[in-house]
Amino acid sequence: MCGATRGGPSLDGVDLEKESVIQGIVTKEGEPVGNAYVRLLDATGEFTAEVPTSATGQFRFFAAPGQWTLRTLAPRVQPVDRRVQAQRGSAVDIEVTLEAV
Amino acid sequence: MSRESALVTADWVEEHLADDGVVLIEVDEDTTAYDKGHIAGAIKLDWKNDLQDPVRRDFVSKEQFEALLSERGVSNDDTVVLYGGNNNWFAAYAYWYFKLYGHQDVKLLDGGRKKWELDSRELVEEIPTRETTSYTAQEQDLSIRAFRDEVVAAIGVQNLIDVRSPDEFAGRLLAPAHLPQEQAQRGGHIPTAGNVPWSKAANDDGTFKSNEELEALYAEAGLDRSKDTIAYCRIGERSSHTWFVLQELLEIPNVKNYDGSWTEYGSLIGVPVALGDEPGEA
Repeated sequence: MCGATRGGPSLDGVDLEKESVIQGIVTKEGEPVGNAYVRLLDATGEFTAEVPTSATGQFRFFAAPGQWTLRTLAPRVQPVDRRVQAQRGSAVDIEVTLEAV
Repeated sequence: MSRESALVTADWVEEHLADDGVVLIEVDEDTTAYDKGHIAGAIKLDWKNDLQDPVRRDFVSKEQFEALLSERGVSNDDTVVLYGGNNNWFAAYAYWYFKLYGHQDVKLLDGGRKKWELDSRELVEEIPTRETTSYTAQEQDLSIRAFRDEVVAAIGVQNLIDVRSPDEFAGRLLAPAHLPQEQAQRGGHIPTAGNVPWSKAANDDGTFKSNEELEALYAEAGLDRSKDTIAYCRIGERSSHTWFVLQELLEIPNVKNYDGSWTEYGSLIGVPVALGDEPGEA
């Protein structure tokens, strides 16, 4: 999609003093993936939340400080797990890169 | 109800989506998802605008539900097949809601919208037109709906199942992690409730686990089949998913969904609240 910014959605209006944001973008071959599902798993691997990516491939979670895993599912790719550390005060912004099966 | 009568596969839906007497209905937390593409022939219900009273915190009345389904073209003898995003959370909520108002033949698409998308099955933007009907609802079946007083009375007496994530159960999060965390109510859970996150009943692709796996899951969590059961979450939609598993798939009798859930309970004055990972004492 033309004009898509790299990284997660804009943080305008998000109170980072109160929220521990994990966000980012899902890409495949350099292009945003708008039909992926990102699952947030807690430190024990238990499911906590899931969001579909936006048309621009972006996603966001409001977590708590600590260790989390992002598991990304999409049509015709292998699920990808990424470990992230969330904290108050600054958002974690990551790019999840998918590879075709 | 049984697994065979309550659940249909994506293949079944592809074969039957054009049948007379089959109505596909999409219900999503993200109420714009339908507009970006849906299963051919499916109509949409908005869990908030269509199914919640606009003023009081309650469901629409029997008469409003009748008017809604009549206007959308759903008949009493139709087979209603519900599906949606978020692993069918809101579709399961709608399923429970249809049962609450006595619809006879209602089913859930296993895996919902996510499984359909991950399979790369067809989604269309065309919005179907349906003839209006004259739908008649039943009085609410309160054998499947719990209210706050009976939840308080159930502490230490009935099976209470908190289906939220472990961090919400413990009081470390106040809402599922795709939503902002700032909320009015206190964190924690109803004392003596066991924590069986709804997600343990589903596979990654959103389909339900097998009955054998589900039996083992709730047995391990200490669900006592000789007692009645109340499931709750934050606003009653994830617990509809668990209600569906317990009552419809596993055919456990006397299971209620507490739709007030934590947003009501966690705001009540004077009720006991437990913090941390353990159920706590009555």
